[in-house]
Amino acid sequence: MPDKRDKHKSKYTLDRQIPGAFEGETITRRRFMTGTAHTAGAVAAASFALPALGFAVGPIFERNTVRWETVGTADQFNENNYIPTVLTVVPGIGEAGKTTVYIRKHNDTIDTDSYDRDTPYIAISDRCVHLGCPVRWVDAAERFICPCHGGVYDLLGKPVAGPPVRPLDRFYTRVNGENVEVGPRFSVNSQLRRFSPRDPGEPLDGIGQYLYPSRPDARK
Amino acid sequence: MPRLPKLPAPPLPGPLQEPPPRPSEGNGKGGPLEDAKQAGITTVAWVDERTSLSGAARWMMFRKVPKGTNWFYTLGSATMFAFLSQAVTGVFLAMYYRPEPGGGAYESIRYVTNDVFLGQFVRGMHKWGASVMVVLVFMHMGRTFFFGAYKYPRELNWVIGVVLLILTMAMSFTGYLLPFDERAYWATIVGVNINGTGPLIGPYLSDFLRGGSEIGATTLSRFYAIHMLLIPGLLAALIGAHLYLVAKLGTTAPPWKKSEKPAELRETEV
Repeated sequence: MPDKRDKHKSKYTLDRQIPGAFEGETITRRRFMTGTAHTAGAVAAASFALPALGFAVGPIFERNTVRWETVGTADQFNENNYIPTVLTVVPGIGEAGKTTVYIRKHNDTIDTDSYDRDTPYIAISDRCVHLGCPVRWVDAAERFICPCHGGVYDLLGKPVAGPPVRPLDRFYTRVNGENVEVGPRFSVNSQLRRFSPRDPGEPLDGIGQYLYPSRPDARK
Repeated sequence: MPRLPKLPAPPLPGPLQEPPPRPSEGNGKGGPLEDAKQAGITTVAWVDERTSLSGAARWMMFRKVPKGTNWFYTLGSATMFAFLSQAVTGVFLAMYYRPEPGGGAYESIRYVTNDVFLGQFVRGMHKWGASVMVVLVFMHMGRTFFFGAYKYPRELNWVIGVVLLILTMAMSFTGYLLPFDERAYWATIVGVNINGTGPLIGPYLSDFLRGGSEIGATTLSRFYAIHMLLIPGLLAALIGAHLYLVAKLGTTAPPWKKSEKPAELRETEV
């Protein structure tokens, strides 16, 4: 009775009138072989594609080692002016791994922000926070000036003109005996509050810190 | 006195006629030139018998083009030849280039430019050819846009073309770092940071491009691999797809060409 058969949906292939099926099969051999071949192909492709992808995106999650570098002795720096100092950020690649840091001694009359109180030295990065060009401390103007797109920062590194979106980045400092040591970089918002290091062009005020998340390894 | 037209010679009776040339005699002319021609024909026939490529070649090469096709239609081919020039000169530059950030890269470029025979010329072709290719891509895009050649059924080819444009710009960006001089270094820092200003994914994109949080030891080799392996492969594959669609869909007539009506319709209009 064909009309009766149509009403009752069986899981068996014969009952569902699939051609080429043996009685009692729940799946045809053709379907099974097709599925097996596709699965095997997918496993084979994933076995090289996934490691390659992980290899390519791995550096995003790589943990940076904390480096402290001696930049000089305590008597080299003063409270009122910045001394440019060359710091190696990435070792082993020569000139390309170096950056300039402007260092001065902590000045109680200027560095009044609570976040700056425990820092013995103020070390300001020369990377413009607009797009990463090197800024220069101009003594006569008492400003950091960027040659690329006209960013200007004041003595504390806060932007006063041009496109920069936050103050200049800073480095942790510490005194080890007679030596002044400079450690990892950190970013600051307009109140000079500390944040884990960000790239240039990423504002940290308001929702900026959420729109531009820090590196995964920098999060506590 | 005017000369009388020469009458054709009356046909000779069969037994007196020269026998037609046998195929092995090469049309009766012979000679090494004829032999070379025959060898070429034989080789092509041998390959064609086993691949049937002549049909594909005829389909690709002997297409009908609309009336009004002009020099603007050569901009696509010009772009492709710019790409081929970049590919060939790039392969030979790769024989000398060393992606070492500690000074090796700059030194190898200096060596190519100053010491290698024709090195300055080949590097110059690659360097200036890059700009030529970008200019040609935009001119080709402008031709397609202003002639309305992106419309149905050619939208997919426009999309592929846009991807090719993006890949060409990516080639320019990654290639710019490779000399590893001051300009390359700072331009790449600025370029990576422009990528980083994209909300949410920007910081991750920057880290992916640099291979870490700073421009470091792997950044240069990363850019080099993207520049000479990843993107050229994609470019070549997509140019193939682009060309296939051009051959498949045909080119458009320029917009100022009006379609001609058949003769019978033209009469009724009067």
